[in-house]
Amino acid sequence: MTQFLRALSPDEQVSLLFVLLFGLLLLASGVAVLFSLRERQQPSRTGKPSQPGDLAVRLHVAQLSLRDAWVMAVVFWIGWALGSGMAIALFGLVSFFILREFISLSPTRRGDHRSLVLAFFVVLPLQYALVWTQHFNLFTVFIPVYVFLAIPVVSALGNDPQRFLERNAKLQWGIMVCVYGLSHVPALLLLNFPRFAGREAFLVFFLVAVVQICMLVQHLASRRLSQPVAPDISASFHWRSWGWGLLAGGLSGALLAGFTPFTPLPALALALVACAAGSLGHLVMKAIKRDRGVTHWGSAGRSVTGASGLLDRVDALCFAAPVFFHSVRWTFNL
Amino acid sequence: MNWRAQAMSLFLLGLVRVLTGAQARWHGCPPKAEQRIYFANHQSHADLVLIWAALPEELRSITRPIAALDYWSATPFKRWITTAVFNAVYVARERQGDEDPLQPLINALSSGDSLILFPEGTRGFEEDPQPFKSGLYNLAQRFPEVVLVPTWIHNVQRVMPKGEVVPVPVLCSVTFGEPLALGAEETRADFLHRARTAVIGLRDV
Repeated sequence: MTQFLRALSPDEQVSLLFVLLFGLLLLASGVAVLFSLRERQQPSRTGKPSQPGDLAVRLHVAQLSLRDAWVMAVVFWIGWALGSGMAIALFGLVSFFILREFISLSPTRRGDHRSLVLAFFVVLPLQYALVWTQHFNLFTVFIPVYVFLAIPVVSALGNDPQRFLERNAKLQWGIMVCVYGLSHVPALLLLNFPRFAGREAFLVFFLVAVVQICMLVQHLASRRLSQPVAPDISASFHWRSWGWGLLAGGLSGALLAGFTPFTPLPALALALVACAAGSLGHLVMKAIKRDRGVTHWGSAGRSVTGASGLLDRVDALCFAAPVFFHSVRWTFNL
Repeated sequence: MNWRAQAMSLFLLGLVRVLTGAQARWHGCPPKAEQRIYFANHQSHADLVLIWAALPEELRSITRPIAALDYWSATPFKRWITTAVFNAVYVARERQGDEDPLQPLINALSSGDSLILFPEGTRGFEEDPQPFKSGLYNLAQRFPEVVLVPTWIHNVQRVMPKGEVVPVPVLCSVTFGEPLALGAEETRADFLHRARTAVIGLRDV
C-alpha cells in the first residue's frame, strides 16, 4: 500500500486524496438521505401525527453541516486544480464573507465607515497579496503592527469618541480572526519544504483534517457529559471531551504523517498544537457570540442578517492556522 | 431593456448580493404578482437598490420604485440608471405650482404597476422612522384594490451612510409583512400611525 502510494506522482497522490474525500462525502450524504426517508416513514407506521422531534432537528443540523462540508471540499478542489494563486483568491473570498458576518453582528457607528472600507478593501486584499508574493516576514507583521495603528487612526479622524475603544477593538478582532488567521491556511501552500514540491496541498489537508477530526470527536464526546467548564459560554466544553478531541486529532495527525514532510512524532506534536489552538479558539468565538446574544453566526441565532454561518465552520481553523504555520516554520527553519 | 441597462442591472444585482446578501424575508405575505404598494423605512439612497434586488425577478419587472426628482435626475448617469435600469417613477419633493405631486404615482398605479414607496419622504437618522406623510393614505383611498405591504429594511444605513461614497459589506435583509387595508371609517392620522407601527413591528420578527 505504502509502496503503491510512494510510486505515484505528487499530482496523482493529491487526486487520490480528493477521490477519497468526495467518496466519503458521497457516503455521508447517502446515509443522510436514508435517514431522512426513515424519518418521513415513521409517522405512517405508528399512526401518530409527525412531530418535529429531536431527531429531525439533529438531522437538519447534520444536513446543513454536510452541505458546508461539500462546499468546502469543492472549494479546496477548485483551489488545487487551478493552482495556488486561485487557492489564495478563494481563501480571500472566504475571508471577505466571514468578516462580513462578523461585522454584521458587531454594531458599528457612522464614524467607523472609513475604517471598515480600509479593512475590507485595502487590508484584506493586501494581506492575501503578501501571501501570494511570499513576503512571509511582512505578511506576519502587516496586520499586528501596521494595521493595528492604521485602523484607530482612521477611526479617530472620523471624529466620534463614543465607545471608541470598544468599536476599534471589535474591528481589530474581526480583522485578526477573519483575515490574518485564515490567510495562514493558503500560506501553507507556499512553504518550501525540501523534497516536497508539488505536494503542499497535503499540508493544508493535514491541518484541516486534524482540526476537524478534533472538533468532531470533542463534539461527540461532550454529548454524554454534564457540568461544562464554563456553562455561561459553552454548554458543550468539558476538559474530558477536550482531551478526547486532542487525542483523536493528534493520533490522526500521526497516522497522516506519511502524507506530510513530517515523521510521525513531530506530526503528532504539530497536530496537537493545531488542535489545541483550534478548539480553544472555537471556545473564544463562542464567548464572543454569547456576548452578542447569538448562538450561531448564521441564521439559527438571528435570521435578520441572513448570514450563512460560514464563520461557525471555519473559526477553529482561523485560530489553528497561524499557530500551526509558525510552529512548522520555526521547527523546520523554513 | 437594452443590453447596456441589462448589463448594468446584472452588475448591480451581483454587487448588492456580494455586499449585503440582499436577503428577502416574506413574513405575512408570499411573493405574488398582484398589484402592490411596498412602503418601507428610508435611511439611505441604497434602500431603493436593496428592495429592488431583494424582490424576485418576476416581481422586479412589474414593481417601480419612487425616486426623488431633485436627487435622481441631477446627472445624466443618475437619470439613466433610474429610468433604464430601475424603471423608477419620479416625484418632486417640493410642490411646484398647482400640480399634484402624487400625479406620477397615480398614473403608474392606473396603468397596473406596483410601487415601492418611502412614506417618510426623506432619509432619517434615528432608530425609528419619522412620521409618515399623507401620500400613502391618499393612494390607499384612491386605489382600494391595491395591496399595501409594510416593509422593513434592516442594516442598510451601515452599508452607505449619508455623505459616503464607498459602500461597506454588511449583511442586510428586507422583511415584507402582513398587508394592511384602509378601514372604512379610519382617519388619515390613525391610518398613517397604524402603517408606521406595522413597519416598525417588522424590525424584530
